Amino acid sequence: MTGPLAITITINGEPATRAVEPRLSLADFLRAEGFTGTHVGCEHGVCGACTIRVDGRTARGCLTLAVQCDGLEVETIEGATGNGCVADLQDAFIENNALQCGFCTPGMLLTADELLQENVSPTRTEIREHLSGNYCRCTGYQAIVDAVEQVARQRAERT
Amino acid sequence: MNEHLKPSVLDRPNSYVGKTVPRPNARRLVQGCGTYVDDICLPRMVHLAFHRSAFAHAKVVSIDTDEARAVPGVVGVFTMNDIRDVITPWTGVLDHLKGIKSAEQWPLANGKVFWQGEPVAAVAAVSRAVAEDAAEQIFVEYEELTPVTDMETALAPDTPVIHPELGDNLCFHRVIDSGDVDAAFADAAAVVEDTFHFNRHTGVPMEPRSIICDYSRAEGELTLYMSVQCPHMSKNLFAKHLGLDENKVRVICRDVGGSFGIKIHTYSDEMAAGAIAVILGRPVKFIADRLESFVTDVHARDHVVKARAAFNSGGELLAIDMDDVTGIGPYSVYPRTSGIELNQVVNLTGGPYKHASYRADGKVVFQNKNVMCQYRGVGHPIAVAVGEHLMDLGARKLGLDPVDVRHNSFIPDDAYPYTSPSGAIYERQSHRQCLDKLVGIMDYAGLRDAQAQMRDRNIYRGIGFASLIEVTNPSPAFYGVGGARIASQDGCTIRLDPTGGITATTGVTEQGQGTETIIAQIAATAVGVPLDQVRVLTGDTEIVPYGGGTWASRGAGIGGEAALQAGKALKENIIALAAAILQAKPDRLDVRDGSIVDIATGQERMPLSELGGIAYFRGDTLPKDVQPELVATRHYTQRQFPFVFTNAAHACHVEVDVETGIVNLLNYWVVEDCGRVINPKLVAEQTRGGVVQGLGPALYEECLYSSEGQLLNGSLADYLVPMAAEMPDIVVDHIETPTGTSELGAKGVGEAGTAGAPAAVMNAINDALDPFGVTLTHMPFTPDKILKGLGRA
Ligand code: FES
Ligand code: FES
Repeated sequence: MTGPLAITITINGEPATRAVEPRLSLADFLRAEGFTGTHVGCEHGVCGACTIRVDGRTARGCLTLAVQCDGLEVETIEGATGNGCVADLQDAFIENNALQCGFCTPGMLLTADELLQENVSPTRTEIREHLSGNYCRCTGYQAIVDAVEQVARQRAERT
Repeated sequence: MNEHLKPSVLDRPNSYVGKTVPRPNARRLVQGCGTYVDDICLPRMVHLAFHRSAFAHAKVVSIDTDEARAVPGVVGVFTMNDIRDVITPWTGVLDHLKGIKSAEQWPLANGKVFWQGEPVAAVAAVSRAVAEDAAEQIFVEYEELTPVTDMETALAPDTPVIHPELGDNLCFHRVIDSGDVDAAFADAAAVVEDTFHFNRHTGVPMEPRSIICDYSRAEGELTLYMSVQCPHMSKNLFAKHLGLDENKVRVICRDVGGSFGIKIHTYSDEMAAGAIAVILGRPVKFIADRLESFVTDVHARDHVVKARAAFNSGGELLAIDMDDVTGIGPYSVYPRTSGIELNQVVNLTGGPYKHASYRADGKVVFQNKNVMCQYRGVGHPIAVAVGEHLMDLGARKLGLDPVDVRHNSFIPDDAYPYTSPSGAIYERQSHRQCLDKLVGIMDYAGLRDAQAQMRDRNIYRGIGFASLIEVTNPSPAFYGVGGARIASQDGCTIRLDPTGGITATTGVTEQGQGTETIIAQIAATAVGVPLDQVRVLTGDTEIVPYGGGTWASRGAGIGGEAALQAGKALKENIIALAAAILQAKPDRLDVRDGSIVDIATGQERMPLSELGGIAYFRGDTLPKDVQPELVATRHYTQRQFPFVFTNAAHACHVEVDVETGIVNLLNYWVVEDCGRVINPKLVAEQTRGGVVQGLGPALYEECLYSSEGQLLNGSLADYLVPMAAEMPDIVVDHIETPTGTSELGAKGVGEAGTAGAPAAVMNAINDALDPFGVTLTHMPFTPDKILKGLGRA
């Protein structure tokens, strides 16, 4: 096994230089840095609870190694909350009760935001398709689809 | 004023009961600021990983831990012999399940292993990665024994007995024989029968089981941070088996990432974590990974049912006769036992109907697979699927509409309270009203027309119904009478704070269903304060009143009633104090929207913040004989009936592609009656989430075992759970028949969705395939099984 490598990752705008083991996943790295809004539900790339953004694109924190992100910008739910980019989705999730236990929610929000950036007026079917890489065991998904649909409408009205 | 002239506290002008209000705890969760167990990091904490049995049944010949101990960062390696002095084994039996038996279960393998995944040895290390590395360096020599995997032959004379000390592989046997079954079948105009397979599946909460055990040697105190539904039960069990003073065990349960019944049981690895914390005297964290969750989280169902039903020519159900066998793994799970699911199946099958004759024979058997125990719906999905499929078969045989057969067979409205042939007592149900409303909102007639037209174009759509009952608000008859220290009562304490706001603590717990919200709605209404002035605390045994927690759909009905009574008591105290301060008669005053007001005019006399200020800081200004008491606690136990039954009617609309075998879910409707609705949105969302958790196992979810007892699909990539794209929108509507057992009138709703969905989708699929004369009753209904059924595979 190789020893720790020094890397610099910009997490939510703040650079962090750390020595990490090559096998450390980005999700575990972020959680150890205190960004515990990145959840780990399967560690094998299926559930989407660990979804974060790397250089603006969503990625699975459990399938990405921290060392792969050397020199990159990573945004977690804490960062997205701080800069307000998902504020409307967060409000709509609360209003529609689109979360129960909340474990899937950070990943779901970032995935939904990605969809709305690519497709300003998705159909319900398109929303369901896009969210299908994010598992939710509590809600049955309908309230999440309602919330995303509502935000798509709101964003369209604003522009 | 006479008691009966007072308007109910729930009908007050500023009542929050019956209103959709958002959940106050949702904001931190959408920001990723929840506190799940794995988010907690304590000083000097070590992490556990387990060596787990690779075999379903084997003797443990030797365990070599030398290399594991030598891995840098390892703090300790533990086998059963290393923890034996600090922990005692347990046995999952209850006195009221007559004859139930099980073997002693240990936290780590005690000479033998009984299922693949059973923990054999544990490593504590400075990080989870190191602990996992070291666990791979534990070498166990096993001598394989014959695994018993097929539940249908578990009792055969040539099948090995898993626990020789028990004599056989039978855990529990229950027989009901009521009315005159033979005569009913002899006289019947139509007799129908079928054999059903209910697949083993599991809850898959997105947050895996998680625990931190923090033992303080100085204080002799154990603090458990747990993801659990029943903190007081856990407190009792850890104290009991670790030999600690129960008063020195504290359970803290912050956010729980889903549980669905998975997190109410005793797990070997969690108990081992407790023992290791006591030995090490430092915090021990164990977070199950997804792979070990699949082989250790309780599984559910796994029943084979043979059932038949008798009808008269009018389509009235006369009798049901059924045999059920279920395989529960090698142990009855402690402390709730693995006999309860079968008990529910035989108690509840045919529940909505008036048939006087009923025979059921249920057997619970041991096998070398992961343990099986209570998961959302407990028995209901099976009971409902069997009963509702028989109703459809009866309708088909008699040439009647399935809706009419149900109508003709429902317990008459004037027969309540009603005792079923299995002995269940129903206070009052609204089956007829629910089904009528359902048929209306789904446009049943229109769907049937469309179905007929589509068939001409070789498009096969089907409509399936399910009427059901759900056990909620259990009395002590569920567990307490059987000797388990699982509280059926729950308490609520409400305090008026100097600010004029209130703080409520409750024994029921939150796992996302909205417990804290509904407790806040009830408390705000009962006391008379704005909702944003209410703070609700749950999930800490040091803070909340002793209670059972949230399971068996009891949170709203039991916890809610305690909150209502506590709120009323506090309000009385507030008014008594206000009367003394204002020199007014108490019956002239009311509390509304955070103020003392004149009861007749509504005019403000004093804000609660002022009253709080006087009570807490200016007692010197109060009359000498006045001692303000601004905290009230009330407890509630439902003891009028063993259970209070919720009821519902479901309908599912599917299209079956007969070329590919794929089932497309088109629509789903539910009309439910959970009594008083406290928050319509939360009720609807419980129902929707529950329905999807019932559709999953009916269509996709199955724990597949090899004949050697190896789980073949124990990852989230191989075990399919419903995804957003496959699920339909679900229409939810309500009928409200409040229970008379409490002032609040609320029944539970958490499990009814899961109870009805497998039946409704099964009936819909069979309705779609009716032109082919095919009947499918082996869940899950995968494309493969459907094509086979159609003779096309
Ligand atoms: S934890 Fe990364 S996808 Fe499940
Ligand atoms: S809200 Fe619990 S998993 Fe989605």
